[in-house]
Amino acid sequence: MESFFSRYRNPMILGIVLLLQVFGLAVQVKRPIDPKHPEAGSVRMIRLWVSTVITPLERIFVGTGNFFSENWHDYVNIGGLRRENRELRQQNEQLRIGQAQLGEEAAQGRRLQALLDFKQHLVIQTVAAQVIGSSGTEQSRVLYIDRGARAGLKPDMAVITPDGIVGKVRDVFPFMAQVLVLNDSSSGVGALLEKSRLHGVVKGTSTGDLILDHVMVDEKVEPGDRIITSGGDRVYPKGLPIGTVAQVSPGSDLFLNIRLKPAADLNRLEEVLVVTQPPLSQADSETPVRAADILAQRLPGVTPKQPESAPGPAGGQGSAATIAAPNPIPPKPKVVRPPLKKTAPGNAAAVPSAGATPAVTPASATPSPAVPSPTPTPEAAKPQ
Amino acid sequence: MSAGVIYTSREEIEVYRFNYAATFFIPLAALLLQSYLPVAFHGRLYFFDVFDLPLLVTIFFGVARRNPVAGSITGAVIGLAQDAMTHNYLGLFGIAKTFVGYGASSLATKIDVENLGSRFLITVGFYLLHRIAYLLVQHGMVQQNAPANWLHSLGAALANGLLAIVVFAILDKFKQRG
Repeated sequence: MESFFSRYRNPMILGIVLLLQVFGLAVQVKRPIDPKHPEAGSVRMIRLWVSTVITPLERIFVGTGNFFSENWHDYVNIGGLRRENRELRQQNEQLRIGQAQLGEEAAQGRRLQALLDFKQHLVIQTVAAQVIGSSGTEQSRVLYIDRGARAGLKPDMAVITPDGIVGKVRDVFPFMAQVLVLNDSSSGVGALLEKSRLHGVVKGTSTGDLILDHVMVDEKVEPGDRIITSGGDRVYPKGLPIGTVAQVSPGSDLFLNIRLKPAADLNRLEEVLVVTQPPLSQADSETPVRAADILAQRLPGVTPKQPESAPGPAGGQGSAATIAAPNPIPPKPKVVRPPLKKTAPGNAAAVPSAGATPAVTPASATPSPAVPSPTPTPEAAKPQ
Repeated sequence: MSAGVIYTSREEIEVYRFNYAATFFIPLAALLLQSYLPVAFHGRLYFFDVFDLPLLVTIFFGVARRNPVAGSITGAVIGLAQDAMTHNYLGLFGIAKTFVGYGASSLATKIDVENLGSRFLITVGFYLLHRIAYLLVQHGMVQQNAPANWLHSLGAALANGLLAIVVFAILDKFKQRG
């Protein structure tokens, strides 16, 4: 070893110095993910290199595993195949029921939107992907999936399963992508308590737990309450399950400590869906949300009252409570369309100031809870 | 007791080398398994995160080569590659494993690191050193506030110590006398 070093000392030192510089450059330099698709963004070279080396091998491992697994299921384990077939048939029936329910909800949404003269698309386009790897460390809860820029994936796309949301796409490579899982400490999701319509933010922790933040101590939250996405973060479509409240305790500050049980089993992920096309209403949600709507959603328990006048911009609690009243048959509002505003996708201002709200006449001061964030779009609503 | 005392025999401070294929493919295999095993065993996605195969490889190469410079570089390269698999800043694992690589190489010149007991103990020790270095960099440089769960870390260190006995025995096959 000594003779080897002394013999090749100078070339080795040169090699080390060059290697360090190459690594330093690779850390700093960003390259397009896919030169043929420059719109897919860029990524650090070292991430690209490591991923390029690691993921083909992972793909081979997964492919080999699938080969043996499929052969076992197809030719050896016939009993398991029959059982799986029964389970799939039941699952298919459940999905059809769910689809019918979704169709009904979509139709209801379109009817209400027609009343409000707003347009909305309710279809979510997804790409199915298989989980092929993970970060392998507790400090970073990320997954690797076998679909990338070539499949139309882009950063910040939502990743979901039929059970609930999983996370969002972080880095995209030509044939794979990195997914930041919901329970990573750097994750955050705009959330809504399904029953009380309270808004909050679901965050991950360093221990891999999920918490619901920004809910005041005087709010009523109970274990078992379902949490859904609010759509305010412009990553996750509105209404997808996040989880249920597992534990509630008063925090040290003005907010509650709410621990959640995720709807999707984040430890048993095999196949996921990437939302490549969110509902247009969400894509266009740069349109300001009225401050009165926000206040109304935070005061769900107040007895419904018919509004006597439109709330002022300050929106005191009393007036907000009045307009928060759920009204199953909302009067046809007379709405003056605001101009469409386009901002950068990365702009996370989910709730712009009340001053920028669209002009709404007093007749529309009672919003329907079924249409929480009316959004004007230039095209007519298309049934999907 | 002078600083130059070596607590081992000449036989035990044998310096080993590895061929180029082993040098490249052993860390690569460790990174691959670290990423793949949690997915392969569905339902245990984060269970395997307790084990740190790249760290074990760093320690193994460090104690086998007994060269602090080589140990540092090995640790840095493996750590940076591991960083690249996460979404965190590049260098967190790199710096921590550089310390471990240097420490393992330096320690190997002083004490016997070939028997099972010492392999277990140095792995436990370097796992904790690695954790401390990671947290120091995370808090000091990156300013991410991650609470240190020391009981969990101690358990993980012991688990890695046990795994090291097996892994090192396998990797011994690739050793070549220098």
